[in-house]
Amino acid sequence: MKVGSFDHASPGQREQWEAAASFGHVATSAALDLSHGVILYLDDISVSFDGFRALNRLSLTIDVGELRCVIGPNGAGKTTMMDVVTGKTRPDSGKAFFGQTIDLTRLSEPEIAHAGIGRKFQKPTIFEHHSVWENIELAMKADKRVRTALFARADSAQRDRIAAVIDQVRLTAATSRPAGLLSHGQKQWLEIGMLLVQEPKLLLLDEPVAGMTDDETARTAELFRSLAGEHSLVVVEHDMAFVRQLGGLVTVLAEGSVLAHGSLDAVQEDARVIEVYLGR
Amino acid sequence: MSHVVDLADTHLSPAVPPAGCGFRLVMKRTLRLLCCGLVILVGSARAAMPPAALSGLVADDSDEKIAAIQALASAEPESALIVLEALAKNLLMLAGGQLLIVEGESVTDAATGVKLAHVPDDAEAVTVNNRVRRELESTLAGLRLFAPDAAVRLEAAKELASGAEPASLPWIERALAQAKDPAERAQLELARARASLGSEDAKVRLSAVKTLAGSADPSVRALVAGRLVMDGERYVEADAAVRAAAADALRQIDRRFMLGDSLARVFSGVSLGSILLLAALGLAITYGVMGVINMAHGELLMVGAYTTYLTQGWFRAHLPDYVDFYVLAAIPLAFLAAALVGAIIERLVIRHLYGRTLETLLASWGVSLILIQAVRVVFGPQNMELSNPAWMSGGVELMPGLVLPWNRIVIVLFALIVLAGISAVMIRTRLGLYIRAVTQNRAMAGCVGVPTRRIDTLAFAIGAGIAGLGGVALSQIGNVGPDMGQGYIVDSFLVVVVGGVGQLAGAVLAALGLGIATKFLEGVAGAVVAKILVLIFIILFIQKRPQGLFALKGRFVEN
Amino acid sequence: MLLHQPSAVPRLLAATPRAGWIALAAFVLVMAVLLPASRLLLPEASPLHVSDYVVTLIGKILCYSVVAVAMGLVWGYAGILSLGHGLFFSLGGYAFGMYLMRQIGRDGSYHSDLPDFMVFLDWKALPWYWQGSDSFLWALLLALLVPGVIALVFGYFAFRSRIRGVYFSIITQALTFAAMLLFYRNETGFGGNNGFTDFKRILGYPITAPEMRLMLAGLSALLLMLTLVCARYLVTSRYGRVLAAIRDAESRVMFLGYQPLHYKLFVWTLSAVLCGLAGALYVPQVGIINPSEMSPANSIEIAIWVAVGGRGTLLGPALGAAAVNLAKSWFTVSFPDYWLFFLGLLFVLVTLFLPQGIVGMWQGLRAQRGRKRTAEPTIGSDQGREAQT
Repeated sequence: MKVGSFDHASPGQREQWEAAASFGHVATSAALDLSHGVILYLDDISVSFDGFRALNRLSLTIDVGELRCVIGPNGAGKTTMMDVVTGKTRPDSGKAFFGQTIDLTRLSEPEIAHAGIGRKFQKPTIFEHHSVWENIELAMKADKRVRTALFARADSAQRDRIAAVIDQVRLTAATSRPAGLLSHGQKQWLEIGMLLVQEPKLLLLDEPVAGMTDDETARTAELFRSLAGEHSLVVVEHDMAFVRQLGGLVTVLAEGSVLAHGSLDAVQEDARVIEVYLGR
Repeated sequence: MSHVVDLADTHLSPAVPPAGCGFRLVMKRTLRLLCCGLVILVGSARAAMPPAALSGLVADDSDEKIAAIQALASAEPESALIVLEALAKNLLMLAGGQLLIVEGESVTDAATGVKLAHVPDDAEAVTVNNRVRRELESTLAGLRLFAPDAAVRLEAAKELASGAEPASLPWIERALAQAKDPAERAQLELARARASLGSEDAKVRLSAVKTLAGSADPSVRALVAGRLVMDGERYVEADAAVRAAAADALRQIDRRFMLGDSLARVFSGVSLGSILLLAALGLAITYGVMGVINMAHGELLMVGAYTTYLTQGWFRAHLPDYVDFYVLAAIPLAFLAAALVGAIIERLVIRHLYGRTLETLLASWGVSLILIQAVRVVFGPQNMELSNPAWMSGGVELMPGLVLPWNRIVIVLFALIVLAGISAVMIRTRLGLYIRAVTQNRAMAGCVGVPTRRIDTLAFAIGAGIAGLGGVALSQIGNVGPDMGQGYIVDSFLVVVVGGVGQLAGAVLAALGLGIATKFLEGVAGAVVAKILVLIFIILFIQKRPQGLFALKGRFVEN
Repeated sequence: MLLHQPSAVPRLLAATPRAGWIALAAFVLVMAVLLPASRLLLPEASPLHVSDYVVTLIGKILCYSVVAVAMGLVWGYAGILSLGHGLFFSLGGYAFGMYLMRQIGRDGSYHSDLPDFMVFLDWKALPWYWQGSDSFLWALLLALLVPGVIALVFGYFAFRSRIRGVYFSIITQALTFAAMLLFYRNETGFGGNNGFTDFKRILGYPITAPEMRLMLAGLSALLLMLTLVCARYLVTSRYGRVLAAIRDAESRVMFLGYQPLHYKLFVWTLSAVLCGLAGALYVPQVGIINPSEMSPANSIEIAIWVAVGGRGTLLGPALGAAAVNLAKSWFTVSFPDYWLFFLGLLFVLVTLFLPQGIVGMWQGLRAQRGRKRTAEPTIGSDQGREAQT
């Protein structure tokens, strides 16, 4: 229904981003500093939309190499949290740091992407008119300025890398097919592939297995487990079976802040969590 | 009452020899005293009138007449006013030495104010030639200062304040001595100052200039400015103090002009804003509800305006007595006509393009071309002639130099009424509820049983109908021609963009803001530059508030 | 295809397939040999002889085609529907028109060094922005720079605020509308209502000579070819794929680390510059430029050329411009009252029944018949894009 929209952002913020992103290329931010073993700090973050508090003094840290699941009922602030981390939404207050030094609240979306945070949306957003290969190629970690893109060709090593990622997400047979023709599960995989080829340090995955068959779900869990360690992953998911397969720590969000934290079994026995899920 | 008439009839009707009327008048006065109380009931109390003066009015010699007029005026201004007014209007008649004021059926004795039943058979009109008439008029102007009716006095004082000659000075002084009403006094003082600007006495001139500083009359400004003019080597005004005062007065007058000017601009801004609002309201509904950019919206205005034109023609042909009310009749007709055209457009074109806004834009542009050309073929390419009904012509003068035309005032009110109507429909009716539901979540509205497609057609028709109403308003202030819609489409879209999508309150504020800003900038920089500045402002504004004045925020914005 | 890039051949050439080059060669043959030969060598009585009118008509349509391709780039490939491209076209025309006005010299009605309209307005000297307008190269440079800079500045602010879709269209329409009002004023110094006309010479050669007309038409053809080749390269490069990706899902592109602002700005400015050049070639051929060229109606007509020919294709807009304008030439002579009906219907019917345009439909048919798909990525309606923004 929404047509010809403007993105949401407050003016002051936008100026900041624009100032940060100097004309003609994307500014490279300070190097990622992981010296304390923590890749993402969210501290006391609040976001409100017209009086509705989407995030309420949320604090959260993700360790390097960790595979973290975030669960919570609808409206708990899961997507808003990802929006804050990727620069789509600016917090009203609070701090968001990537590593020790990179202040996420001061960077634009492309800069955050360059810094090493990749995001998969709840609804698979891939480029439907492009082939699978082109989708992956576009996502590939590279110089993404206009003047480079005008003359860029994937070199041999890059083509190998693209092919390898396509292989990894099991789309080899569909390499030259327009992405719009893929099945829902395949689209999810393609988007995961686009994330991987960016070589991010931190992956944010919003309901990555929605619409997948059980078999596909299991393979996805396997893939994520293999990624953990080298990458840090934050997975938002409703599918408890999938969360169990992932096996990492679980953070429960409710009404914009952390309600509980621990292993899946522990949080499932937490009275407050049961209250939130079942109490109303 | 009949008693009075009877009295007058029996006692005063005997013929009086023309030459000896003065003698007779003395006798009549006693009679008049008798019926004095009753005369007051009739409404015209009279003081005594010098008989010689009255008789002079009928003299053959013009000099004598003029002398009589002046004598009458200076002796008894209030009564003289009535007689002289009658003389000026050729209502005065002489019948057997008796002066009568004959106005239609009513016949009054000029000297006493007593009513007569009928005009005596031998009555002859008292005539005045041009020289006498001139004298009469100027005397009357002074005399009105002493009229019993306060409104007449004020009017006369105003007239003098904007054009008094030195010759009127004695009148003004005298009137000032009696006048109590502050407004009247103020006008009189202005008049006195004006008349005494040419005085020999520098002190008098100084005080005159200082008084004139309080005026807001353009002609006063010219007079005061005239004091500062160089005549060859020397100033017209010899006295330096007076010159300084004149310069000061000039500044004050200019400041007052500016105030009037600003008020006028605010008003014309509000008026432009209300027109923009009428043009944009329909758009706010069609765009807000269906996300449809209807480029033929301007042509729906045109449909409304042509409907008004046709209604006027019908009234002229069939109900010429009620032609003043054709605009009222045109309102529902224009709404229906435009709504019908809108519904047809929606069914034939827009419906098939939902969700494809850019295509809708192009297709509706095509529709607008077809409508324009159709009107051109049917009515011809020239502008149609529409006349304002009598009750919409003219204007109210708020202050000197600031006239608010009635047609503009009516349009502002009309816009308010339409706005209230739409708000009521949107907030209070089931239809409004459905429309709002579809705006917010089309799929969900469909799920709970709202007939979304019908609502689309209805909402589009309503939006179109409102454009038709806008067309009625436009027809009263601008040209009605095939191209009229094109001029408003850009502006009305800007209103919607600035106001925010689907926000009636936003559209109102944006329309008024754009209207007033445009008019003010026009005053400073001219119409074209103003337009460009407004556009630049809008672009900058959107930088700051991409969603318009009333932005929806949060996670729903992008879905 | 991407896996087997021929790296030895310059990629600019590789971007256009062989059939494209053959078509271009045929086109060059027509414009550079057949047309001049038919105009200059054949006697007027010959059925193959073309008149000056036809030469000018061809040149004019070629200019329109350039504008259409430029418009197709931003609309078809970047999803930006501009309703203000007529402005860039006119600005180029005005910039070159200034030079043409100066070339009149003292042959105007007032025999003054100043252009006639300035004498008429009792101006004593050229305004500052007319300085250097007697230089051919400066005029050409202006025809490039003025539309380019205006597009750059406007685009920067518009894209920076992420103004998209119909909002952008409306703002561009308002922009050209405001410019039209500005140029209608005598004080602006561009001839007011009447604009520039009565041109006499270019570089000293008479402008109405058949050779000059052929030359101008030929240059228009050259410009169109360069535009097509350049556009073809652009849309097949990675840049073009990013652009299409921005059109389909802008926020996703941002999260991949691209800066959409710069990508859009580049194609937008390039498109404006191409329009400016086309305008500069157009004005000497039609012999007049006035503010009505900037009217919103003219700009929106460009969109229908693109839509008729096929959005998201390169050749489509050029063909669409030619088809619509030939129809216009015929209608306005034979049935002047019906032209607007036809144009209006065209808008409605094309959007309703032919969303892919002629070329798009033809490509679709070919694909359906199971033939080899064309190398050019075909672009569907913008439904997908709307769904994702």
